[in-house]
Amino acid sequence: MPMDSNAVISEIKKGVILESLKNGKRLDGRAINDFREVKITENYIPKASGSAMVELGKTKVVAGIKIEEGTPFPDSPDNGVMALNVELLPMAFPTFESGPPSEQAIEFSRVVDRGIRESKVIDTSKLVIESGVKVWMIFVDIDILNYDGNIIDACTMAVVAALRSAVVPASKLGKEDFKLPVNSTPVSVTMAKIGDELVCDPDLQEEQVSNGRITITMSEDNHIHAMQKGDVGEFSLEEIRKAIKTSCDTGSGLRKELFKVN
Amino acid sequence: MEGNVKLITDDGLRLDGRSSNEMRPIKLQTGVIEKADGSAYIEWGANKVVVAVYVREAYPKHAQNMDRAIVKARYSMAGFSVEERKRPGPDRRTMEISKVISEALSSAIILEKLPRAEVDVFIEVLQADAGTRIASLTASSVAIADAGVPMRDLVVGCTAGKAGGKIVLDLSKDEDNYGEADIPMAILPRTGKVVLLQIDGDVSPEEFDEATSMIVNAMKDISKIQRDALMKTYSIEGGE
Repeated sequence: MPMDSNAVISEIKKGVILESLKNGKRLDGRAINDFREVKITENYIPKASGSAMVELGKTKVVAGIKIEEGTPFPDSPDNGVMALNVELLPMAFPTFESGPPSEQAIEFSRVVDRGIRESKVIDTSKLVIESGVKVWMIFVDIDILNYDGNIIDACTMAVVAALRSAVVPASKLGKEDFKLPVNSTPVSVTMAKIGDELVCDPDLQEEQVSNGRITITMSEDNHIHAMQKGDVGEFSLEEIRKAIKTSCDTGSGLRKELFKVN
Repeated sequence: MEGNVKLITDDGLRLDGRSSNEMRPIKLQTGVIEKADGSAYIEWGANKVVVAVYVREAYPKHAQNMDRAIVKARYSMAGFSVEERKRPGPDRRTMEISKVISEALSSAIILEKLPRAEVDVFIEVLQADAGTRIASLTASSVAIADAGVPMRDLVVGCTAGKAGGKIVLDLSKDEDNYGEADIPMAILPRTGKVVLLQIDGDVSPEEFDEATSMIVNAMKDISKIQRDALMKTYSIEGGE
């Protein structure tokens, strides 16, 4: 992810990363398909309807969910609404700036959103209060607190964890609060192309030397629900097929490890 | 909503009568904007898109890249381009599309030949009917060539997707709205490398393979349309 001048990395470091990869090794000792250590803290923000903090190596993100009443879209009167936004906070990285969301932030938001939405994690038909008049709206906000590579996967993990812990505040309407029904457990796997290798969960310096990124989000059904080729770079169809296989294998492993589902 | 619309008829055809691997008709023309350095107009089914390219010194100066050009595509939709009026100006969708188009074009242009330059690609969708991003990208590479910018190849885009349980080429509006998956993709035909790829929906890895091979097959025809459009403008009467 060439994020302008502060993202410049020395040619020497680049050489070391490439050389090491030729022997199947990454600088932090990981294998090509390994993720960094993941730590998920559920219910990190008790005042939110659902929340989670995710630490993916040194990348740190917090997803918080607020569930509020609102009006449905006119073309889908019998569905609740989900909106998702990723904030690249200026505290997280020297070149992140305050102000309206950057192209980069919007791309991240939309890729994470598609993975969650298309995996049908939330059955929005169960979020209707009064058909065509009132529905539950799920606002998912994700703050990036520290950026050390692979924001997309950290965000997807945080959103899934937060949704799994979320409670719909129906007591506001004199009914009983209920756990947000969650139907699937999508996991996104982002790979960076470095030389001829595809490495999973690139850290910052790996992103800086990479030629292209690809994210594939799959659910328990092992179907592709979202895919995004990002950054300038080229992939052969062979590489993309390999990436799908990796996403499938690595994703299943993560799903089991992090969310205890198969 | 899904499931209520029958996208594949009993005789196996699509609602608009196409077979699964049949494209909509494409018309492509260069030199449509007189003031621009290069331009193109594409009609892809009912999509109508104009692209104009300006090549200039990047501004502000600190944004210049000393060893290569930067590419800035701006995808925009006219207010009247869709069923319900779209509020003009960038939104999250158009900003993402601008980004992925810029990145795809960056792979096609020989950026090192134009240090400190900026290649501005202005894309205006006059009428939208599914598949505007790849129609825009296909037209943009022709407009960039028309501007005389050195290129490795002409990017070719096409979508495939899943509708009514079947993998189909070049989704129609209905298939895009009510189908199961949308797969826009763009390739540099010379090397077969993928420079744009997005998916949303639900496809298995096998279906993905089927969709991509359909797209790759269609690329040859689209590539020819691009070359013909340039030849029409630049071939010399009576020459070789």
